[in-house]
Amino acid sequence: MADFLDLPEAIERYVHDGQFVALEGFTHLIPFAAGHEIIRQGRTGLTVARMTPDLVYDQLIGAGCVSKLIFSWGGNPGVGSLHRMRDAIQEGWPGPIEIEEHSHAGMAERWRAGAAGLPFGVLRGYVGTSLPEHTETIVPITCPFTGEQLTAVPALNPDVGIIHAQQADRDGNVMMWGITGVQKECVLASTRAIVTVEEVVDTFEPHVNGVVLPAWVVDAVCVVPGGAHPSYADGYSERDNPYYAAWDEIGRDRDRFGEWVEEVCS
Amino acid sequence: MSELEYTTDEMMTIAAARALGDGTVCFVGIGLPSTAANIARRMHAPNAVLIYESGCIGAKPTRLPASIGDGVLSEFADAVIAVPEIFAYWLQAGRIDVGFLGAAQIDKFANINTTVIGPYDDPKVRLPGAGGAPEIAANCGSVIITLRQSTRAFVEQVDFVTSLGHGEGGDHRARLGLRGAGPTEVITDLGVLRPDATTRELTLTSIHPGVTVEQVRDATGWDLCVADRLEVTDPPTDDELRVMRELKAAS
Repeated sequence: MADFLDLPEAIERYVHDGQFVALEGFTHLIPFAAGHEIIRQGRTGLTVARMTPDLVYDQLIGAGCVSKLIFSWGGNPGVGSLHRMRDAIQEGWPGPIEIEEHSHAGMAERWRAGAAGLPFGVLRGYVGTSLPEHTETIVPITCPFTGEQLTAVPALNPDVGIIHAQQADRDGNVMMWGITGVQKECVLASTRAIVTVEEVVDTFEPHVNGVVLPAWVVDAVCVVPGGAHPSYADGYSERDNPYYAAWDEIGRDRDRFGEWVEEVCS
Repeated sequence: MSELEYTTDEMMTIAAARALGDGTVCFVGIGLPSTAANIARRMHAPNAVLIYESGCIGAKPTRLPASIGDGVLSEFADAVIAVPEIFAYWLQAGRIDVGFLGAAQIDKFANINTTVIGPYDDPKVRLPGAGGAPEIAANCGSVIITLRQSTRAFVEQVDFVTSLGHGEGGDHRARLGLRGAGPTEVITDLGVLRPDATTRELTLTSIHPGVTVEQVRDATGWDLCVADRLEVTDPPTDDELRVMRELKAAS
């Protein structure tokens, strides 16, 4: 059953050095505040998975929290490159990171398998591409019923899954709407789940395309208004596109990034 | 004929928009493809169904989305669904007519690289990676690609096949068991290239007004084949330019 915790307490309780952690959210509802708290608490040696690492993992990688990255598209959306991620892959700064690279369809299937409690997912994908030569977790498989050649990808089952949602009710049930990406799958696939929310309400209003996660699949609910910034929360905030643009310059320079980390930690 | 001046980039965007037929169900990549698809929807293809990988089906954005998960995509969509569903139930199941992709690097068989320049384990330039493109290229009925033409982007053979075009040429796609027809058009700022019916090598079939074949050859990193009957692209109309510029101004 979900406990209402302060964000620092939730990260301290559930996120530990060397764990497999996922902060999901597809452009919308990215749990940035939780990422910044992980940096503040100085976690290291994390394996992290996200379809789109986005700025949140660029920040975690640059701050030295990450030893392995599992992903499918590592750019700054609408702006350009993730320079901290590139620096880690190309120059090993601030430390070397291992990468495990997939496509979106493959990652989505890995999340679905994780949520379903299956060891692997299966898709019509990767055929003829160079990805299987470099990623051991892309394996050809033959359909036992039709003989068709398909591709197997292993389930993702993090120790801790972290998402941001619009609302929780007083029992700790969680509701999100708008673009909900793979967040439902991330929560269900993870051993522990932390959800930051914009606000707590007495009762949920229905929303078109709304998704409700019951309290008993969530371990901690943390009330963090604006916890998705510079990403956005439909109904609460707009995406801060100038922040994403400005990050290009901060992320490009190790010293400027260092100043940014100091600001976050102070 | 247009009274207005236009740039080569504008010609490319409008040529790409024209490639999208009305009523087409189109899986749209962000950037140039998204701009072109939204011009098409405002011009000749009001019934085109635009699908974005963030889970938005039937998106009708009022301005150009700044990112694949922009709220303007979900707000006016027919349905917004989970990301595993968009790839499994819609793309993989064969419900999409056309995939509309950009590229960092493309080769003569229209294979796309958006992963890495140089060796994978010691990259010269690390690019963002695959995103949705490999399965869009594999599973859509056909694929339209749009990017600027230069020897840096148009190479004999890509360093990394992120998304399969026609592989090694000929019937390679069919031999691999891929269901979609693969790339049928590559639209650039200089002209349009289409795969040869037999070899599947990209061949220049149309040049934009004012462009010479020599110019296109100079911007291509392999010995480019030119169609016997080379067409000249119709220049942008005033209407097309107005719609494109209004859309960009609103964004």
